[in-house]
Amino acid sequence: MSRAFCAFVRAGCANAIIVAFAGLIMALLAAGPTLAVQPDEVLPDAKLEARARALSADLRCLVCQNQSIDDSNAPLARDLRLLVRERLTAGDSDAAVMNYVVARYGEFVLLKPPVNGSTLLLWLGPPAMLLLTLIFLLMKVRRDRLVREAKVKPLSVAEQARLDAMLKDGGNS
Amino acid sequence: MIAELGHFALTLAVAVALVQMLAPLAAGQLAGLSSLQRDQLMALAVPAAIVKAALILLAFLALMYAYVVSDFSVENVYANSHSAKPLIYRISGVWGNHEGSMLLWVLMVASFGAAVATFGGHLPHSLRANVLAVQSSIALAFLLFILLTSNPFLRIIDAPIEGRGLNPILQDPALAIHPPFLYAGYVGLSVSFSFAVAALIEGRIDAAWARWVRPWTLAAWMMLTLGIALGSFWAYYELGWGGWWFWDPVENASLMPWLASTALIHSAVVMEKREALKVWTILLAILAFSLSLMGTFLVRSGVLTSVHAFAVDPARGTFVLLILAIFCGGALTLFALRMSTLKAGGLFAPISREGALVLNNVLLTVACGTVLIGTLYPLGLEAVTGGKISVGPPYFNATFGPLMLALLVALPFGPFLAWKRGDVYAAMQRLVWAAAIAFAGIVVTMAIGGRGPWLAPLGIGLGLWVIAGALSEIAHRGRLGSVPLATALQRIAGLPRSVWGSSFAHAGAGIMTIGIVSMTAYQSEQVIVMREGQTTQIGGYSLTFKGAAPRRGPNYREEVGVLEVSRGGRAIVELNPAKRLYDAPRQTTSEAGIHASWRGDLYTVLGDAQAGGGYVVRLYFNPLVRLIWIGTLVMFFAGLLSLSDRRLRIGAPQRARVRSGPLPAE
Repeated sequence: MSRAFCAFVRAGCANAIIVAFAGLIMALLAAGPTLAVQPDEVLPDAKLEARARALSADLRCLVCQNQSIDDSNAPLARDLRLLVRERLTAGDSDAAVMNYVVARYGEFVLLKPPVNGSTLLLWLGPPAMLLLTLIFLLMKVRRDRLVREAKVKPLSVAEQARLDAMLKDGGNS
Repeated sequence: MIAELGHFALTLAVAVALVQMLAPLAAGQLAGLSSLQRDQLMALAVPAAIVKAALILLAFLALMYAYVVSDFSVENVYANSHSAKPLIYRISGVWGNHEGSMLLWVLMVASFGAAVATFGGHLPHSLRANVLAVQSSIALAFLLFILLTSNPFLRIIDAPIEGRGLNPILQDPALAIHPPFLYAGYVGLSVSFSFAVAALIEGRIDAAWARWVRPWTLAAWMMLTLGIALGSFWAYYELGWGGWWFWDPVENASLMPWLASTALIHSAVVMEKREALKVWTILLAILAFSLSLMGTFLVRSGVLTSVHAFAVDPARGTFVLLILAIFCGGALTLFALRMSTLKAGGLFAPISREGALVLNNVLLTVACGTVLIGTLYPLGLEAVTGGKISVGPPYFNATFGPLMLALLVALPFGPFLAWKRGDVYAAMQRLVWAAAIAFAGIVVTMAIGGRGPWLAPLGIGLGLWVIAGALSEIAHRGRLGSVPLATALQRIAGLPRSVWGSSFAHAGAGIMTIGIVSMTAYQSEQVIVMREGQTTQIGGYSLTFKGAAPRRGPNYREEVGVLEVSRGGRAIVELNPAKRLYDAPRQTTSEAGIHASWRGDLYTVLGDAQAGGGYVVRLYFNPLVRLIWIGTLVMFFAGLLSLSDRRLRIGAPQRARVRSGPLPAE
């Protein structure tokens, strides 16, 4: 009786250890990448879902490093994805959803910064660089043409005569 | 003991670097030297470069030894390695951390210096000596950086029994070799930089200079191309959501030198052939390496918050910034002083080969500037106003995208324009076939693509236009169609390798374009919960989920899903997407199950087990995605082809050396 009891307890302990260990492994595995958009988040309306995905791609996961909420595994990203879908389901336009999110999380959340005073250089920089370079090149082309024309045009008869005269009297004309 | 040997070798390398740097400068500056003494002083740089490289190699091997035998009394090994790691990752662990990667960097600088010393026999002696001096000053700066702030040879008094392990996402074959290639590219640009500064010091800059510097720039460009492609490929299959480029600041840091070096290769052609664009080419050579240095600063200082920035230490950041300021500022100052002495070269009309190459340079440089602005703007704004903004993919798509589009549209015209004065209409006539192929491609894509965005077929057409344009150049040069076929083929076979090289490189850009467009526009995705035995369809495949089971790897345990893939009722392959938990450090990664075919990749990712049974599974079909990396590989081999051209082969022509010293009597 006591032997059987002991064996039972021992087996029970071993089982408990195995179960606990397996549980630990599962917990650790579960703590890993729970991937981006989950099936339970997907909206039944395909059109609405497509809009949600497009908006998500432009929203930054605030706790991540340079990831959109569409790509991110973070819980906060999931919250934001759900929020976007909630607003869309409520009938908000894309712009209204973005404004709603920006009002709560600030402009930092936008992966495409809006054009305003503090981002003027950011948005004007590239076209300005292109424009300035092209203007510079255009001026250079004109200057080159002048140089070339000056180079190739021979002196006219009158010019030659004047030059000869100047050379003859030592430049005192 | 071995670690101390490495430390000692590194310290000794500082002394040798000083000799290599100062001897040629002294030869140039010291008064009262005989020409023989000058020559001997300059010649000193050559053995110094080789000895220095050997010493740094010794230090590198010493650190590698510590990693291979898992010597955890070395702090760097303890912090970044683990005895259970497979050998390849113990080796790649050497550069998988800040200190080790800086040692790899300086090894590359020294190796390139030794290469110039060894293969630079055809260069004028003073130029080679000055190049080596500048090269050595770069090595010296980074040697001091390592020894003063990032010493990998520090010991721990009580050696731990086990190391902390390498970040699991870095334990990957592509990422094991990604940094060496990327660094070879970054650092290869230091040779172009050294050539530019040496030429400015000597005050002699001509077509020959451009020919000497081109192979080095090309080699650096090739390494950079491959390094970036490897990184992107790794991100594609390892990060688990099938993206391949994220406009992450660290990616941008490698893209900027790539853009600048691409521009440099092209402008050096103009300088070599026509002696024009001298000022610009020199400036570009300086800027390209400065961007490499800036990339190093951004990545190494940790000013960017990103997965790559594993060194967060302001002392280091300041040191690298100082290096950047000295080299970039110094070179630019020298440039400003000498700029006026550079004579303008050959004139050319706007519509000409030169003009096309200038356009290439304008677009690449502005694109590079755009990436620079986008990368640094958030940092700058936060520093100035404290405001925080994010600059992400949508910004770069809106600004960088159009510039690249313009570049690709214009690209095929370039090779068809004559030097000095070209004829656009003649070029158009020669590109009729290319245009027809592009148009056919657009129509076909519209027909089969269907639901994609309307711009996508145009993008595919653009890729075809570039490829067909590149091939048209080969056909045109062989006079295909106007002479008998056999003659034409003979002519084509006899074309210089540099022509093949440039054509292939351009075709590679076209191939890449098609891959990017089809991946972006036609990717399909499914995120579902699958139970055992359940079947779903994607990209023409039928997938059946057979459950998931745990498995034990060398230094991780994983949960492996089983997906049976069939197509048209025929079983094709079993995919095993997995979730891994590494032993040290305890971190999970996702291993995608990928089936590649010529149509595209079937990309599967295993998610979490669901409470109600079944697993979340993410499925993608990425059409033609491999073309992105195939295109970059084509570019790499095109570079190799061009490098093997007889005209560029180092040391082949100009055997006769000009010696200023007395010649030995025969």
